[in-house]
Amino acid sequence: MAAKTHRVLPGFGLALGYTLVYLSLLILLPLGGMVLKASELGFGQIIDIALSERSLAAFRVTFGASLIAALINGFFGLIVAWILVRYPFPGKRFVDALVDLPFALPTAVAGITLATLYAGNGWLGRYIEPLGFKVAYTPWGIVVALTFITLPFVVRTLQPVIEDIETEVEEAAASLGASRWQTFVKVIFPAIFPALLTGFALAFARAVGEYGSVIFIAGNLPLISEITPLLIISKLEQYDVLGATALAVVMLGLSFILLLAVNVLQWWTANRHKNNEPLEVTAAKAGGVA
Amino acid sequence: MSSFRKSVSALLLSLVASAALADATLLNASYDVARDVYKDFNPMFQKYWKAKAGESLELKQSHGGSTKQVRAVADGLEADVVTMNQANDIEFLADKGLVAKDWAKKFPNNASPYTSAMVFIVRKGNPKAIKDWSDVAAPGVQMIIPHPKNTGNGRNTYLSAWAWALKQPGGNDQKAQEFLGKLLKNAPLFAAGGRDATTTFMQRKMGDVLITFESEAEMIAKEFGKGEFEVVYPSLTMQTEFPVALVEKVVDKKGTRKQAQAYLEYLWSKDGQENAAQNYLRPRDPELLKKYAAQFPAVKTFTVDEVFGGANKAFAVHFKDGGSFDQIYVQK
Amino acid sequence: MKSTRATQEPRWVRYTLLSVGLGFLFFFLGLPLVAVFVEALAQGLPVYLEALKEPETRSAIGLTVGIALAVLPFNIVFGVAAAWAIAKFDFKGKSLLITLIDLPFAVSPVVAGLIFILLFGAQGTFGPWLAEHDLKIIFAVPGMIIATLFITFPFIARELIPLMQSQGKDEEEAAVSLGASGWQMFWRVTLPNIKWGLLYGVILSNARAMGEFGAVSVVSGHIRGETNTLPLHVEILYNEYNAIGAFAAASILALLALVTLVAKTIVEWRMKKETEMLNTVLAPEKT
Repeated sequence: MAAKTHRVLPGFGLALGYTLVYLSLLILLPLGGMVLKASELGFGQIIDIALSERSLAAFRVTFGASLIAALINGFFGLIVAWILVRYPFPGKRFVDALVDLPFALPTAVAGITLATLYAGNGWLGRYIEPLGFKVAYTPWGIVVALTFITLPFVVRTLQPVIEDIETEVEEAAASLGASRWQTFVKVIFPAIFPALLTGFALAFARAVGEYGSVIFIAGNLPLISEITPLLIISKLEQYDVLGATALAVVMLGLSFILLLAVNVLQWWTANRHKNNEPLEVTAAKAGGVA
Repeated sequence: MSSFRKSVSALLLSLVASAALADATLLNASYDVARDVYKDFNPMFQKYWKAKAGESLELKQSHGGSTKQVRAVADGLEADVVTMNQANDIEFLADKGLVAKDWAKKFPNNASPYTSAMVFIVRKGNPKAIKDWSDVAAPGVQMIIPHPKNTGNGRNTYLSAWAWALKQPGGNDQKAQEFLGKLLKNAPLFAAGGRDATTTFMQRKMGDVLITFESEAEMIAKEFGKGEFEVVYPSLTMQTEFPVALVEKVVDKKGTRKQAQAYLEYLWSKDGQENAAQNYLRPRDPELLKKYAAQFPAVKTFTVDEVFGGANKAFAVHFKDGGSFDQIYVQK
Repeated sequence: MKSTRATQEPRWVRYTLLSVGLGFLFFFLGLPLVAVFVEALAQGLPVYLEALKEPETRSAIGLTVGIALAVLPFNIVFGVAAAWAIAKFDFKGKSLLITLIDLPFAVSPVVAGLIFILLFGAQGTFGPWLAEHDLKIIFAVPGMIIATLFITFPFIARELIPLMQSQGKDEEEAAVSLGASGWQMFWRVTLPNIKWGLLYGVILSNARAMGEFGAVSVVSGHIRGETNTLPLHVEILYNEYNAIGAFAAASILALLALVTLVAKTIVEWRMKKETEMLNTVLAPEKT
């Protein structure tokens, strides 16, 4: 972490130092301990555990469902964040507060409630199942649970950023003749895209690890609707702590790579669209196309 | 700020307060649904012990999944006694040196003060005429059970069906595994636990038969009403045991051996046995079993030791990775 | 009329977005919430209130709130420090650092609990040493606080980083070049700028701290009235066929989440009042 030539702002050393120490103590040390524990098994055995048919199927289900859930949240979360910041409507405060609910509700309660809603005789299931679409006790149930559990991420990372967009830029773009759509694509979207990616990545990461809600709605059939965390629990039920940590380490590695990829992409886009140029230029860019 | 301070001091108080009042404190680490049993049993024992030894005891309870609980005890949860619903969980503690190797001999009846049996719960009027295991495996029947590999309840069901298939004319392990394959095809899902299976069957109206502990049937009646279902006893089923043991390491450290030993022994007393019966668990006391005969119809049972040569062996053969359950799903 | 053309969407777009967004929230949030309360109130309000009066439920509520409060200052200090370093300065390995901060999200909560057992449990790395000194971390409140810290670790930092990035550093640089000290700059410029993000972060990490089940469940030991948090208590009640009690307790957690509504409203109202006061003071000079 090389220091740059000269910095105007103070506190870099203190802030970064504290961050690194705290991160090391609370996160890296425990995770390192876990990796060390798993390494007692030896590389070959870890690979065997990770590549068994059950594990592979579980990885597919877990990462696939998480990806779909994160995409759903990326799309709808953007809309929700937008209307919460920009549009007035009755009951807005209540709706705004509701967004945090998935975090506060214990995951088991979420799972039980969603399973009840989407079961064949549930409030939603009774209308969906006659259409030939089963949600509860299928992989789609997993997607629903994960969408619920990770819903706050995209909305809450976007909200402050949208609040922060200065309407002057939009007005300037408009005065230069940009249509609303052009303003959105050229001015607003680039500004919120990094946050959108962040929210997406966080939702995805959280979804991959989720256990408590999923097991109540997934059906848990081997090779079909078993998630990786369930396999970890299954190992623990066999008192096989080593096997459980091995699987956890593999999962952690995969999540780490995916998160790193998204974060690098995010950083790249953020830099590319960094508003170093004055407002007028951004506005003119949008307007210039018109 | 003041409310913050208040809750922090409340937090600290709650940490200190518990230790102060009693002469001794016992912690009983127990399985999930045992609360009702010990909620009534603990005050009875407190009274008994006060009269007998003149000590006032504080009794604390910890409930959770059986395997999770013993792992916690192995990792340092200072429970004086463990009261579980799977023998292999106590074996695990014995292996770790926390519980005596001959724990099953330290108390009567295999150290299990009461028992239960795996039974079928079917819908009112038994529309699919489910009488025995073969009916559950018949085409077009749906069975709701908790995950056979990850829950004690599901494992008991699996082993019950296996033992039944084994005892059929010409039965052997291979045929039993084939039968289990057929049976498991009728499971549209594996519930997260016993309670979740019940909710799925009773509230979400899925499946034709729910397989669970006899004692659960009464819990179900309590929540969903007696007229909603019928209990069917198959021709052979597992007698499930609820083994108890002293955690030697902890009682020695805390100096609570005397109290803990008396606590567990009291489970076999008339009061303890009657309490079990009132919680729909079959008492060991033959007189009480007779008294509550209406509640506990005769049923042909086997124990895991008889058919599978012990809980540990049954677990290793069927539920470890690569065991018979996995083989049914992954043909390799 | 023309000036609003580009700062506001056409009416049909607005209505479409509103109905899509609210529809999504209705199906994915509203219905589950209603279902929780329907279950909790299935036998009427008196039974609901009775369920909440149970001493074990009340001690669980106390413990849950206590842990959430204990975790909060750690998360705020870390979140602000990390966001300041990451958003306002350029250094190598930044994406890696952010990814490491995200990592706790990707760790399955059960595994998160497990790693602290591996460290502090009787068979763990520091277990024997802790036992020798009669220090209890696992199966006691400290362990539950540590597990909650782990689970909620990224929230505030992750909330603040994109916000502070989009704000840039012009304002702070201006403040410093005008002679403000580091702390003055922070209190007068940075903090007011990030207050919404910080608030969202606090609200989120709070909700998560109170609702966390998996990790805390592993390290708690489930001792009734002692180390049972509300989510753990919910599970136990449910397993005991006390659905009313379970959903009543869950509804309390939902209500605690809605407390954020009150908090946010108060903050907004105060700030509105402040700006109004400022405007009335400044108004004569302006005209």
